[in-house]
Amino acid sequence: MKKLAPALIIAALAMLPLIGLNTYLLHILIITIMWSIIGMAWNLLGGFCGQVSFGHAAFFGVGAYTSGILYHKLGLSAWWGMPVSIVVVALFALVIGFICLRLRGPFFALGTLAVGVILRITAENLTGITEGNLGIMIRERTWVDKTWYFYIILTLAVLVFILIKKIIGSKLGYYFVAIREDQDAAESLGIDTTFYKTIALCLSAVITGLAGAFYTSYMGYIDPKVVFALHDISIVVIMVVMVGGVATYWGPIIGSAIMVLLAELIRSIPKLGAAHLTLFGLLLIVIIIFLPNGIIGDIPKLKRLLGFRKSL
Amino acid sequence: MTSVQLEVLLQTIISGIFLGGLYALLAIGMTLIMGVMKIINLAHGELMMVGMYIAYALFSYFQVDPYLSVFIAAPVLFGLGVILQKFLINPVMKVESILPENQVILTVGIGMVLANLATIFFASDYRSTPVSYATKAWYLSDFWKSSPIELSISFPWSVSFLIALLITAILWFFLTKTDLGKSIRATAQDNDAALLMGINVNRMRVITFGLGSSLVGAAGCLFIPIYYLYPDIGGQFTLIAFVITILGGLGSTVGAIVGGLILGIFESLTATYVGMGWAPVGRFIIFIAALIFIPGGIVSLFRKLRFGR
Repeated sequence: MKKLAPALIIAALAMLPLIGLNTYLLHILIITIMWSIIGMAWNLLGGFCGQVSFGHAAFFGVGAYTSGILYHKLGLSAWWGMPVSIVVVALFALVIGFICLRLRGPFFALGTLAVGVILRITAENLTGITEGNLGIMIRERTWVDKTWYFYIILTLAVLVFILIKKIIGSKLGYYFVAIREDQDAAESLGIDTTFYKTIALCLSAVITGLAGAFYTSYMGYIDPKVVFALHDISIVVIMVVMVGGVATYWGPIIGSAIMVLLAELIRSIPKLGAAHLTLFGLLLIVIIIFLPNGIIGDIPKLKRLLGFRKSL
Repeated sequence: MTSVQLEVLLQTIISGIFLGGLYALLAIGMTLIMGVMKIINLAHGELMMVGMYIAYALFSYFQVDPYLSVFIAAPVLFGLGVILQKFLINPVMKVESILPENQVILTVGIGMVLANLATIFFASDYRSTPVSYATKAWYLSDFWKSSPIELSISFPWSVSFLIALLITAILWFFLTKTDLGKSIRATAQDNDAALLMGINVNRMRVITFGLGSSLVGAAGCLFIPIYYLYPDIGGQFTLIAFVITILGGLGSTVGAIVGGLILGIFESLTATYVGMGWAPVGRFIIFIAALIFIPGGIVSLFRKLRFGR
């Protein structure tokens, strides 16, 4: 049963558009799946390899702008952004890795945070290429209906899920976990930590970049403040993983479902709308103090807590 | 170089030094917290934003001069810092988790809540304190009639700079001459050894966080006569403080002062010669260059030259 669960869930999700969901619900689903992809990517680097990044918006934005610039400057379809962004984002991640991976722990986190901000400012100022704060608009939408977007992002999510599961189950994955647990010990056992950290960073960046390229095609409009956003992308992806479960396969998926639904719910309540960041922040604080490994990661603890209450 | 070009250059460097002095005050708070608690406080800029709003509220409701509100904002921020450290950060330091960076992420959460609360209470409008001396300035030609070039020094900038210097001097006195200050420095140097010497390390942590917060609150009061205020202003100052701490050397107060001045001057030069919008990029170029070329910060260079301790 447990082996069949992923296949059943995918099949159920794939059937969803057939039963005639309305556009709004389909949009929520697409966004949820997109966030779970970015969450899985962050989890590969942050959760499994232990390199907490505060700058995943940089990779998301580079992917998104690759698509946008291909369309805007070269007149190609924005969908070309997805294959092209793999190359662009991988090269970009190599450069970032060269600079930031010499830092450890919290300093790596802040180094990546700075990278994200640098890119936002660069994109705002390089008006010749990125159109600056005006942003890039994709004028011809491929489909009016959202069904195909849904299938594309679902396929991508399934591929990413399988890829990450394969990687973590392989020798590479054990190297990552070894680096997370003790970098010096890993180094002394003959693991070239810088090399494997760079691999983790590149993989994570490329997956995030793909999500970014998809975002351009799907939303049809990007500007630096949206795709390089610190709070709305870099921090939210951390929250997705922290809430769902650090270093688990299903954590980012559960986390993104919770976060997207919560965000929609809070926004739909008129008075609470302005306070959504406060509630997110409080949720983050509560999760870190009480469930530091996320909902999936702390299932035993959750069970114990709930069981304890029942016995009272 | 013509006299006009020289004028621009000198003017740029002067404003860079003033900006750097304020940046230094901002960074000292962060470097203290980093030294003692070994965590990065990413809510630092947001604490400064709180200090700025205190000064703003005092000015607009009670007509208190922003410079006087230092005496109110600093104690309030001290209390806020103590509460945050005691009830949020300390419990997390004991929690078992996969990622050791939990504390950093926690401070991000705190920062988000603070910034959003400010938006709710004060709306996201741009605010300022229209003090009477906001546009006053001193001109070189007033003092030296026949000077070949003309330089001006803005009144609020120079007062802010002088107060920042004064606060730094008081802090230096506190850290080097008083028992409490020495205990804080001992905790920063070696946690366990300090514990063995009978220092209440937990109390030192609480006090340091409070002290760092009150410093940044004071910096907020000094910034408000100069800057516009809006709820999201904190993020950029967190980054500035962090860049300076990396540039200066982690946990080093001298490094923070020198780093602040360098960053201020460099940023002011980029703003003049490259373009206003690029000034933040200049700051990060310094950051990356510091990481690549002097990973130990300026303090490590000083040590190499046997200059200072």
